[in-house]
Amino acid sequence: MSHDLGFWTLQALNALQLSMLLFLLSIGLTVIFGLMHFVNLAHGSLYALGAYVAASLAAVGGYWAGFFLAPVAVAGVGIVLYSGLIRRMRKSGPMAQVLVTFGLIFALLDLTRIVWGDLALAIEVPALLDGRVALLGVEYPTYRLFVIALGAAIFAGLAFVLGRTQIGAMIRAGVDNDAMAACLGINVERLFFIVFCVGCALAGLAGAVAAPLLSVTPDMGLQILIPTLIVIVIGGLGSLRGAVAGSLIFGFVQTFGAVLAPQLASVLIYALLAAVLVIKPVGLFPAKG
Amino acid sequence: MKRAILAALGLATGLAVPASAEEEIKVGLLLPFSGVYAALGNDIEAGFTTALEQFGADAPATFEIVREDTEVKPPVALGKAKKLILQDKVDVMAGIVSSGVLGAVRDMVHGAGVPLIVANAGNDDATGTACSPYITRMSFSNGQVNRPMGQWMYDQGIRKVYTLAPDYAAGRQMIDGFVQTFTAAGGEIVGQDFTPFQKTQDFGPYMAQAKSSGAEAVFVFYAGGEAISFVKQYDSFGLKAELPLYGSGFLTSPLYVNAQGPAAEGVITALHYVPTIDSPANAKFVAAFQAKTGRIPSEFAVHGYDAGRALVEAVKAGATDRESLANALRQVRFDGPRGALSIDPATNNIVQPIYVYETVAGEGSLTQKVLAQLPAEADPVNGCEMAAPVSN
Repeated sequence: MSHDLGFWTLQALNALQLSMLLFLLSIGLTVIFGLMHFVNLAHGSLYALGAYVAASLAAVGGYWAGFFLAPVAVAGVGIVLYSGLIRRMRKSGPMAQVLVTFGLIFALLDLTRIVWGDLALAIEVPALLDGRVALLGVEYPTYRLFVIALGAAIFAGLAFVLGRTQIGAMIRAGVDNDAMAACLGINVERLFFIVFCVGCALAGLAGAVAAPLLSVTPDMGLQILIPTLIVIVIGGLGSLRGAVAGSLIFGFVQTFGAVLAPQLASVLIYALLAAVLVIKPVGLFPAKG
Repeated sequence: MKRAILAALGLATGLAVPASAEEEIKVGLLLPFSGVYAALGNDIEAGFTTALEQFGADAPATFEIVREDTEVKPPVALGKAKKLILQDKVDVMAGIVSSGVLGAVRDMVHGAGVPLIVANAGNDDATGTACSPYITRMSFSNGQVNRPMGQWMYDQGIRKVYTLAPDYAAGRQMIDGFVQTFTAAGGEIVGQDFTPFQKTQDFGPYMAQAKSSGAEAVFVFYAGGEAISFVKQYDSFGLKAELPLYGSGFLTSPLYVNAQGPAAEGVITALHYVPTIDSPANAKFVAAFQAKTGRIPSEFAVHGYDAGRALVEAVKAGATDRESLANALRQVRFDGPRGALSIDPATNNIVQPIYVYETVAGEGSLTQKVLAQLPAEADPVNGCEMAAPVSN
């Protein structure tokens, strides 16, 4: 089988698209962990919830209603979770946190089944983003390009907020040493709360963005959880750069693995994960130097 | 979940014959009511009860149904099967969606001598090397659904095909069934990929491979969420026009074809049932199922319906206990919504016609246009050594 340049361009775009989808998910998870030292395994469920809310809203008000309102709705759920559960769990150690959020996965899974049923839902791609555009000599679906652009925009936005603004400086201070940050007059609790909500909103956004590409099923949150965890472990817990690097590595290894070594496609990424854990257990770009 | 539902189906017969003369047949329904296949379990159960309502009155017995949820987990299902057999002492069991679950309960069922009507699980081996006189399959086998498609596609002038399927037993058996007959007819498989099962979010890489392979068509098997993702992504790359999409009919099942939307239009697949089959038996079934659930019946619903019908037929033939039911079930034959059905005595697998259909836009939703009805063929014996037929 001979592959021309167009083929590799197409695959590179595919890899980029998958990376950006994973980035939207993993950034929320990794920042929550970095700042709060809190492992939220239910992050995938929030993503599924975002997809379901978007599907319901899209049926009523079109795609963009789902796109803009699903993150808000999921952030709302995040607020309930935070005030009802997570604030209490803050001091109870990682084991208890993992167990509670693991249980939450199943509670939310059954909740989506009760509300939306067992049949898969779907969203149509909006007319504006339907079709394909010619790019670098290949025809590529517009919606996939939109996902890539959105991921890049969110990354730029977060990089700016974290690196150049006062609230970003406060968050970085909180990640480095929360006790010292609190001594300096930063309301760390409120900061945590805001970051948690933003993380949830990004998970909801990822769900809304993924829904037209994939199908909306109750177990979609579980399916995406492992890739997301791999991304943040490879990239380094708690860092923006790590989330981007991890997502890109995952996307490219997965895509080109499927092309070049299809028999190994499902193993490659785990092998890489193991290698990273052995050689650099803190990840490639850890938040703290 | 110990919900025992007393089906008040014997009422009609109760008027005809004295109540004291009546047998009660206890049926254990072993289906996933939670987990990834919950939608399938619900459809099969609705089909099963529809059949008992429609035909149960003719049988000289009443039916009591005990439902158990397998959760699509083999160990859970084995526990539930034990409970049904030893504690509830059911006369017959029906259901089983996942082939993994079927594999787990097979020895238990065979050893205890409890007849099991398989209402979905399509693993070729279940009516092959692992066949049992107590296990009768009223659904399909993976190879059976796809085998006729090889010759048919060759007859349409297609010579080079690329295949794609998830990397697990069913995916491989479905594709093998097609590849065997397509290459035997003279066609060529120019490439094959098996994608990591339920771990593949993006099918884009595989589609680009298929596109650059020089194939004239793509033949795939995907089901459920993966089927929806695949069909939508295939369409988003604009591949449908240059590289027509064919496959196993589960790809565009009525259960979720509307989630695929316009992306599914023009996809041509083969399956043992579509709701648009033009026959009085099917019209009656579709009307009854829609009245009950408000949905168009899927192939899963018809598995449940025919499993229920087979049970009624077996009871009508005089079967009353485990032994006689097992014997009668493997001899049932009737005209159902799918056409003329019978059981192959060599394997206990169903023999049924296969329908080639195209998914087309209908009034407000997608519908199935039957292109061809391919004749019923018994599966190859495939290593099955059927123990001496159960005697009465």
